[in-house]
Amino acid sequence: MKYVQEFRNAELASAIAAKIAGLTDPSRHYKIMEVCGGHTHAIYRHGIKDLLPPEIELIHGPGCPVCVLPMGRVDDGITIAERPEVIFTCFGDMMRVPGSKGNLLEVKARGADIRMVYSPLDALRIARENPHREVVFYAIGFETTAPSTALTLRRAKQERISNFSVFCNHVTIVPPIRALLDSPDLRLDGFIGPGHVSTVVGCRPYEFMTKDYGKPVVVAGFEPLDLIQAVLMLMRQLVEGRCEVENQYSRIVPWEGNPQALACLAEVFELRPYFEWRGLGFIAQSALKISPAYADYDAEQRFAVAGVRVADPKACQCGEVLKGVLKPWECKVFGIACTPEHPLGALMVSSEGACAAYFNFGRTVQAKATVGS
Amino acid sequence: MCLAIPGRIVEMVDENLQLAKAEIGGVRRTINIGLVHNEVEQVAIGDWVLIHVGFALSKVDEAEAQSTLRALEEIGAAYRQELLELHESRIE
Amino acid sequence: MSVRPDQRENRVLETLELARRRPPTFTAECLDMSHGAGGKASHKLIEGLLLPALKNPALNPLGDAAILPFGESRLALTTDAYVVRPLRFPGGSIGELAVNGTVNDLAVSGATPIALAAALIIEEGLETAILRREVEAMAAAARRANVSITTGDTKMVERGKGDGLYIITTGLGLANPKLALSATAIRPGDKILCSGTIGDHGIAILIARGNLDLEAEVSSDTRPLTPLTMALAAVAGPDLRFMRDPTRGGVGTVLNELARDSGLGVAIWEERLPIREVVHGACEILGLDPLYIANEGKLLAVVAPEVADAALEALRAVEGGEEAAIIGEIREEPARMVVMHTQFGGTRMIDMLVGDPLPRIC
Repeated sequence: MKYVQEFRNAELASAIAAKIAGLTDPSRHYKIMEVCGGHTHAIYRHGIKDLLPPEIELIHGPGCPVCVLPMGRVDDGITIAERPEVIFTCFGDMMRVPGSKGNLLEVKARGADIRMVYSPLDALRIARENPHREVVFYAIGFETTAPSTALTLRRAKQERISNFSVFCNHVTIVPPIRALLDSPDLRLDGFIGPGHVSTVVGCRPYEFMTKDYGKPVVVAGFEPLDLIQAVLMLMRQLVEGRCEVENQYSRIVPWEGNPQALACLAEVFELRPYFEWRGLGFIAQSALKISPAYADYDAEQRFAVAGVRVADPKACQCGEVLKGVLKPWECKVFGIACTPEHPLGALMVSSEGACAAYFNFGRTVQAKATVGS
Repeated sequence: MCLAIPGRIVEMVDENLQLAKAEIGGVRRTINIGLVHNEVEQVAIGDWVLIHVGFALSKVDEAEAQSTLRALEEIGAAYRQELLELHESRIE
Repeated sequence: MSVRPDQRENRVLETLELARRRPPTFTAECLDMSHGAGGKASHKLIEGLLLPALKNPALNPLGDAAILPFGESRLALTTDAYVVRPLRFPGGSIGELAVNGTVNDLAVSGATPIALAAALIIEEGLETAILRREVEAMAAAARRANVSITTGDTKMVERGKGDGLYIITTGLGLANPKLALSATAIRPGDKILCSGTIGDHGIAILIARGNLDLEAEVSSDTRPLTPLTMALAAVAGPDLRFMRDPTRGGVGTVLNELARDSGLGVAIWEERLPIREVVHGACEILGLDPLYIANEGKLLAVVAPEVADAALEALRAVEGGEEAAIIGEIREEPARMVVMHTQFGGTRMIDMLVGDPLPRIC
């Protein structure tokens, strides 16, 4: 496939890995955080860590919009889904996220009409085809996905589709990064910046990281060569004493982002004053809600939801793993009480959650230690 | 958030609804191009776009793609050259 | 004295592995779709609920078919339920699947089919034309596989209680006395062969369902595997250690079963996996892993290294095996685990699937 295969070339990978090793000071320990869950998944899936020198440690950040949803929001979604008149639509990612009394897959097994969709437009089509039912779309995602929800709502309004509403759980990327940088537990040398969020917001929003916190950022693509080139670019910055925002993913990410998408967001959404993030607590202005102009399509106004704050299970250490303070295997319940089959926390459910990625792909330390390959 | 893939526009389906058909490795899907198609900047058949949840988010900049690949290949070539020199110096 | 980080990590992983080896218990209060996906949930259901209740020597190995001593010979017995929506899809229909699937369970157990039995559960309102078509498909598939459907049953269920038609097929076969197929026969150094492209059937079904709005030229690969299994047996004889068809749960699931049942390590190379571009494309769009997608006309075989090349040639010479490849090998370590050497030069684990592979956007 074009624009994918060329960026998976193993030979080039070794060359770049050698260059990175050349820049690494063996007496130092470098901590680089990849913010985006998609990057975490790619790193494990392609075994990228194997190519980096041991002095470079990759820390997994909180950029997984499924992982950061607090249980209360999942419960609220389930409350709506259980209503007999509702056809509840959501992405596949949401089906196994644990609420306090089970997940959407289990609720479906008990009889609720829950349907997985690939696009919010598919949910709108279901609304058109079922005029006597209430169709609700559980919207999740960062600024990557929010414009798609926004355009769908615009279309719903244009076509005057009255049996459609959105339960909005979109979150924004900058506030959690700022919260991490403000956190005293964390000491990072640089960041691999989110790839697809940046196609919408551009690279400017990350300038505060270099200016206010002195951390270099490289916005990266998702193919293995993209990631390893991004690490090389970060190492070069560190060695040369530079501290800038660089764009490795220039073939896809425009520096100024997508103004059309941003305009759409501004029309359909507004910022919530605060929103709870799993593991990070309440963060101001970090999530979107539907604006008054589109209030008719807001599921939170159409249906009564408890809006109750549900604490994570006591044993759950998702918060610390999300902040990069703990590695997945350092969590006390990792792999024993908390597995992909019965996850205690969302980091184990979403395939880009650090714990799921490590559990499913990364448990090769033991393997490598014995094989010596 | 992140699963997006480059696809090629192969057909315009509905100008009004801003729908086009994109092809990714032999699979086709109708997508909405409303976020990348306007009076100023348009997408045409043959263009490559990044597709996420059924919407095109951005156009692939062919020139930038080539430039990124070239930069990577230069590193590759330099590395191969170094390896060759190392090998030759050993033979001596 | 502090323990080095990767030693600590190793300890955690070892504890994990030991915990995973404990016999599973089935604790879910109610069954959901993940229990049918062929992954961990399915295994828990079988090993935690069904096996403890039914246990007996023939069932315990949980092979594709049960091998039953019968005088001087050994019989193979297998049964399968066919539940598919839509009933007809590019490349086949439920009737063909129902015959081929059961014939294949016999074939990969090294048995020649003697007879089949079929039970039909028909939903009220099913059009006769559809039933006729499916029965004819079953007859044609049976002729192709050189076996007859010798007995059967039909039941009607009320509208809404079935997806049109469910078929349950039971197969009886005669085990080849020259073969001793078992995961315990496998040795480090053995090679793993795959008879062709993976993921075709599952993706064909997903697209045929229509709700993902994808268009692609991909057909189910359903076919009887007997010609392929016989070619392998002829070339490899006692050096053919093990065969299985990667149906629900895909190649990834079979490799995990192999690792667990043999107690050895399985390693595969990503670049050697035969995958059609269109299947790869569909998986990339939906965020699915082709390793976990169902196949209905492919087999995985483990052979001694000396015969691997000849076995590959033998498969490639048979219709349906043209794209066969040696995809991996058995190793001493990492025991009971499956690793994949990625195209990129890294290594990752391939774990057992949890539930139904769900398309994702993240």
